[in-house]
Amino acid sequence: MVQERGSRSNQTGDPRVSQSEFNILAPTAILGYGFPESSFQKGIARHPDLIAVDAGSTDPGPYYLGSGKSFTDRSMVKRDLRFMLRAGIQQQIPVIIGTAGGCGAEPHLHWCRDIIREIAVEEQLSFKLGLIYADVTKVVVGSALAAGRIQGLDFVPDLTPSVIAESTRIVAQMGVEPIMTALDSGCQVVLAGRCYDPAVFAARPIQLGFDPGLAVHLGKILECAAIASVPGSGSDCVLGTLDNNSFVLESLNDQRQFTIESTAAHTLYEKSDPFHLPGPGGTLNLENTTYTQLPGGRTQVSGSRFEPSDRYTVKLEGVHRTGYRSISIAGIRDPVLIRQIDTVLSRVHTYVNGIIRDQHIAGQAFFHVYGKNGVMGEMEPTPDLVSHELCLVTEVLAGTEKEAETVCSLIRSTLLHYGYEGRIATAGNLAFPFSPSDISMGAAYAFSIYHLMEIDDQRLFRLEILNL
Amino acid sequence: MKNNPEKKKTRLPEVARVIRSKNAGPFELTFDIIFRDKASYSEFRRRDVLSRETISSLFRIPGGDIHSIVYFDLVNAIKFTIRRAVPSGCPGDSDIYGAQQHAPLLTLEW
Repeated sequence: MVQERGSRSNQTGDPRVSQSEFNILAPTAILGYGFPESSFQKGIARHPDLIAVDAGSTDPGPYYLGSGKSFTDRSMVKRDLRFMLRAGIQQQIPVIIGTAGGCGAEPHLHWCRDIIREIAVEEQLSFKLGLIYADVTKVVVGSALAAGRIQGLDFVPDLTPSVIAESTRIVAQMGVEPIMTALDSGCQVVLAGRCYDPAVFAARPIQLGFDPGLAVHLGKILECAAIASVPGSGSDCVLGTLDNNSFVLESLNDQRQFTIESTAAHTLYEKSDPFHLPGPGGTLNLENTTYTQLPGGRTQVSGSRFEPSDRYTVKLEGVHRTGYRSISIAGIRDPVLIRQIDTVLSRVHTYVNGIIRDQHIAGQAFFHVYGKNGVMGEMEPTPDLVSHELCLVTEVLAGTEKEAETVCSLIRSTLLHYGYEGRIATAGNLAFPFSPSDISMGAAYAFSIYHLMEIDDQRLFRLEILNL
Repeated sequence: MKNNPEKKKTRLPEVARVIRSKNAGPFELTFDIIFRDKASYSEFRRRDVLSRETISSLFRIPGGDIHSIVYFDLVNAIKFTIRRAVPSGCPGDSDIYGAQQHAPLLTLEW
């Protein structure tokens, strides 16, 4: 496990020293997912040149960007950050965090900034913090659209001025450049808004002259930390070592290793093409990438290339509010009802639609029928209903919270006492696991912008420096 | 290659060690199948078991909703990507992460 090549220089803000090797400590797949302290300390003992973590994802859905809330837990984020900041500041290792607060818009950035401030006070740490905003105004997106500088992605509905006008919040994924600017400005800790996941790992080594193809590919793997090792984990630490021709991945937990297969297969994960991975300003080309197994559960990677694009594009992510959501959860065990569940739900739906039309309520209802096709909906290939019990989740979306509650309550009460054909259980059709039976879920959102926007420079991403 | 003299059918879970689905962004679902060994992967690929027609019928989707099918020889894997009928989190969606849409692949046999 011991590597004893080239000595490094650890001073932050150092001149472009010719450095033969660059070590990156990736503590966890998403800030707040945690990591064993022993793995982290083992990484710190290797004197990394950078501690970096990605904090975001669109996977948890549009709610978090729309509401400005984090999908990770505050106390866990603070726990992870405390280890990273303490080690980083005390040992003069730059700390870079991408997609603050999960979605990287201003409220998420400020949420994470406040946590960093608390830690700085509690641990008596003093440092220069760079905040990089990734919010994009509707005016900027509207002008780009009018100028023909917006490109759609596959299966994403076209962007129109009204989609932009209705959006709640829009962010752009920054590349490595704004992070380099923050580092150049002497920031010891960089907290970036929405960020291309590998950028937090790749910015510093690219700035020092390492190959961008290798740096971005390494970042692509480190952003998931130990997920690409075997056995995989989203909450364990990894050390990535970059040199002039290759990079090496190494687990900081003896129970995991990087194999050729686990490392190569990682580029399949969550992408549609494992050989060409587009990002801000260019594409990572892995057609000629080679993988070599090294002793000690390490894998060496070389041959990855970064191909700059003619026009620099960033990916925009935006959401709009679709209404307010109320849900009700109930079980169904009666076989007579289960046999005709589709008919009954359809009749209840029609009946309720008539009432809400009369009441001038604009609401939509959806039934998630678990035990039938609750998970796959229309794509479910299993033709027959075979379950002896069903879970019915009634979902209502309406213009206001009150209206959503009204419609949800109406469906629940109608269904509870609905007199279907052949009914012999005349006391009630639903088994509610909870009282209250209905839950208000607040505002609901949908992704409406997922487009590429051409930019001429990096002014979109504003840097703010705080001295803590 | 000639290990099925009696034409006994092979079912995908017998030869694949990973069969999974996940969002590739909010508007696409991507599926990965990683085989246990080169032989079964090569056979699967040679016979074009997972054609566009097969994906269409397994998932009851029109051919136009299939974005791509990509083979990755180095790790004995095939990946295909389809349009999400309901984008992640849009009204009526039932799998925000898209992580439970793989089950029809478990029934695939040849």
